[in-house]
Amino acid sequence: MHRTGDLYEQFQTLEQQKETATLGMWVFLVTEVLFFGGMFLAYTINRSAFSTAFGIGSNTLDIKLGAGNTVVLIMSSLTMAMAVWSAQVGKKKLVSIFLIATLGLGTVFLGVKAIEYKQKFDHHLIPGHGFDMKYHPAHPVAGDDLKELALEKEEVDKAFAVDPDINFHGQLYFSLYFGMTGLHALHMIIGAGLLIWLIKGSFAGRFTPQYNTPVEVVGLYWHFVDIVWIFLFPLLYLIDRHR
Amino acid sequence: MSEHIVSPKIYFAIFAALMIGTTLTVWAAFQNFGPFNIVIALGIATIKATLVVLYFMHARYSPKRTQLVIICSVFWLAIMLALTLSDYDTRSHEMQPGVTRLDLPAPSHFFTA
Repeated sequence: MHRTGDLYEQFQTLEQQKETATLGMWVFLVTEVLFFGGMFLAYTINRSAFSTAFGIGSNTLDIKLGAGNTVVLIMSSLTMAMAVWSAQVGKKKLVSIFLIATLGLGTVFLGVKAIEYKQKFDHHLIPGHGFDMKYHPAHPVAGDDLKELALEKEEVDKAFAVDPDINFHGQLYFSLYFGMTGLHALHMIIGAGLLIWLIKGSFAGRFTPQYNTPVEVVGLYWHFVDIVWIFLFPLLYLIDRHR
Repeated sequence: MSEHIVSPKIYFAIFAALMIGTTLTVWAAFQNFGPFNIVIALGIATIKATLVVLYFMHARYSPKRTQLVIICSVFWLAIMLALTLSDYDTRSHEMQPGVTRLDLPAPSHFFTA
């Protein structure tokens, strides 16, 4: 394709070119909204049918890690927005710094997620043959808060009294938990790849006040992934916490 | 170029608002508001998402065409949720009075956990 500088031949101005690119990204994000929407729909239907199992499943998640990760992700959105601003005002060094900060925070998020997944494996909360909501309270490991564990045992026993099939219904909660957070994490990994590509470009000084469309468009994607987490956090971590 | 540049001041203000929203939603989860717990949680999440879309994603300063696309996404999502949920809500009662289909116990051969 022929282009003059940063302007491709089918566009009249750089502004028109940028508007076209961002509109295209938004159209893609609309499909993403409906894609994640289907999972939220499956979640809503199952939660309303098996509220006890969803409540007890949610209470096994670590709220400190979840809330901490929310802060980390929102912070990464801020640094991403600042990277866009830096490009717009022509501070080339700041673009690199803010992009690297965004990548760093995204990596921290994924690391914490890995720790959380590992915990669920250790506690026999992976849907499948070995799934048992009663396993963890009965098998404490080093570092567990015994008082909290006794409380958890009490809650699990209460839940079993309400819904004797909790080991079946709990698997629905954890299938959705891993499905939704896993899909979200996959988006983060793709986002991290895009950020590495942007960081390379920023080292070459590619992004200027005249041309910064890639930063803007990847920013839109990154903020969208942030929004998905803004909904996932209360829906997965904060069910029935007041009991 | 007539591009609108959002100042860092606004970005940091939105960030602060998002942090307050996160704190609020965690606090609210530990209070017993009965059926309103979920309403409050989703309300706060929606406000946070709106702030991200309007300012971090520049929707407020975008062309009308882009804004229309954003509104469309919410509209189609609402159709998907509303029609599916109303179907689930009205259909399953036919199966057994007083019991929704999903309340039935899992078949015993399904899992052997």
